[in-house]
Amino acid sequence: MALDKATVARIATLARIKLPEAECQALAGELSKIMDWIEQLNAVKTDGVPPMASVAHMSLPMREDKVTDGGERDKILQNAPQAENGFFAVPKVIE
Amino acid sequence: MSDLTDLSIAGARDGLTRKDFTARELTQAYVAAAAAARPLNAFLVETPERALAAAKASDERIAKGKALPLDGIPLAIKDLFCTEGIETTAASKILKGFLPVYESTVTAKLWAHGANMLGKTNLDEFAMGSANVTSAYGNVESPWRRAGDNRPLVPGGSSGGSAAAVAARAAAGAIGTDTGGSIRQPASFCGIVGLKPTYGRCSRWGIVAFASSLDQAGPMTRSVRDAAIMLGAMSGHDPKDSTSADLAVPDFEKAIGQGIKGMRIGIPKEYRLDGMPAEIEALWQRGIDWIKAAGASIVEISLPMTQYALAAYYIIAPAEASSNLARYDGVRFGLRVKGGSLNEMYENTRASGFGPEVRRRILIGTYVLSAGYYDAYYLKAQQVRTLIARDFDKAFQACDAILTPTAPSAAFAIGEKMDDPIAMYLNDVFTVPVNLAGLPGISVPAGLSKDGLPLGLQIIGKAFDEANVLRVGQAIESAAQFTAKPAFIAGKT
Repeated sequence: MALDKATVARIATLARIKLPEAECQALAGELSKIMDWIEQLNAVKTDGVPPMASVAHMSLPMREDKVTDGGERDKILQNAPQAENGFFAVPKVIE
Repeated sequence: MSDLTDLSIAGARDGLTRKDFTARELTQAYVAAAAAARPLNAFLVETPERALAAAKASDERIAKGKALPLDGIPLAIKDLFCTEGIETTAASKILKGFLPVYESTVTAKLWAHGANMLGKTNLDEFAMGSANVTSAYGNVESPWRRAGDNRPLVPGGSSGGSAAAVAARAAAGAIGTDTGGSIRQPASFCGIVGLKPTYGRCSRWGIVAFASSLDQAGPMTRSVRDAAIMLGAMSGHDPKDSTSADLAVPDFEKAIGQGIKGMRIGIPKEYRLDGMPAEIEALWQRGIDWIKAAGASIVEISLPMTQYALAAYYIIAPAEASSNLARYDGVRFGLRVKGGSLNEMYENTRASGFGPEVRRRILIGTYVLSAGYYDAYYLKAQQVRTLIARDFDKAFQACDAILTPTAPSAAFAIGEKMDDPIAMYLNDVFTVPVNLAGLPGISVPAGLSKDGLPLGLQIIGKAFDEANVLRVGQAIESAAQFTAKPAFIAGKT
């Protein structure tokens, strides 16, 4: 499956990674090669095979619906590039 | 005192018990060795004060006759484990300066068992690579050299710094993580033991996530016994990781040394690849002969889906990575690169924070999960994954463990295989199926290539049967008598 430049630009937007146009072209070639190689999976008959949901053969554990942790605001903000008044700060979203 | 760094963990433990030396002397020797190993670029951060302070506490416990199982043992920690107050970067620019406010479960368990931390080791960025050449902080050099050739070689990856440090005697042991072979392949390249436990054996809490359904932490050591000792300390149920298994942890050390008489060892015919180097084939045959000589029987088995494992892996792992790495957005931690809008800030941050291989995998993952392609790629790969796991289930009806080579080649030079991602991915052809099926696997050094480089054999076991994996591993270890040492030994070269 060949990926063209426009497709690479679209997935880069979805992934929130800025790509200069020249790089989209180069990546289209590289990613197409990888996707072509992945196409070999089409040779495998998988009709009726359930997709693997958990490799561990375990059911998810249940626990009491109780708060066990929290109240760590300052610790959580400690690594923030920008924090103000106890919040993460980001560029203006609403005009 | 520098001979202290040549001891195994078991040997150091015995010496500490006999009071031949103190934890402080042992740790001091390794602190010096880690500093002497800087030309390898194996450590991103060294933490000598922390190691020596912990050693002091170990000496106090030893004096009181209250020694813990790993008291005084200096370890290197892959920089994918969050360590409280110590910079944790996953070898990415996007996490530069990140100081975790918590400790990963696995490292916390090691410290609770008395071990101390020498530092954080280099890796492929976000553990994505097989040669430790994608780190934002420079390549790791293997301590090994080809005979008569001084070109630097790769240590393997992604746990390349941990493997290089242990091989160069700059750490008594190390921990790594293995998503598709990232413990076993560098162990094979560096001539050490590397164990990937069953998915769920060790908690993933506090490990920077790459592909959550495949990632497992494990020990990297200079002997099978050392791997058993470390695994015992790292394992166990953790309520903070809902995929960690609520199972008792066996005494792994007790399991080894029992011999393998009467065991049935499977040889998968599909692992005989076209074009596989003759020396890998010969090594595998020697392993088969050793198994027979030790009184186990050899069973030919079939794992017909093997050839599709890598392609399925390169859908599943990038898909999970694209989701896991969405958190690096310049808001809560790590790098932020300004932009006119919130979206531009995200895009600029991620463009400058992620290296080329990580970007490539995020883009593939985003593509295979995007509308209209999910069924064709992700669903298909998860179906193939079911078939791969069924192959192993069926094989294990006829055998107790499986013997294969660890990697299709010895280490290569830095710069080789770099321009073709698929050639690089093929390094993991024998290790990836084990992750897809969630099984335990160990790599044990078993011989040298014609150029004098280490080659490993892999033993794959049933889920949660690390005890037998270690048992067979030790049988291979004692038959192989691997005593070769790398060209670079920290503090001796």
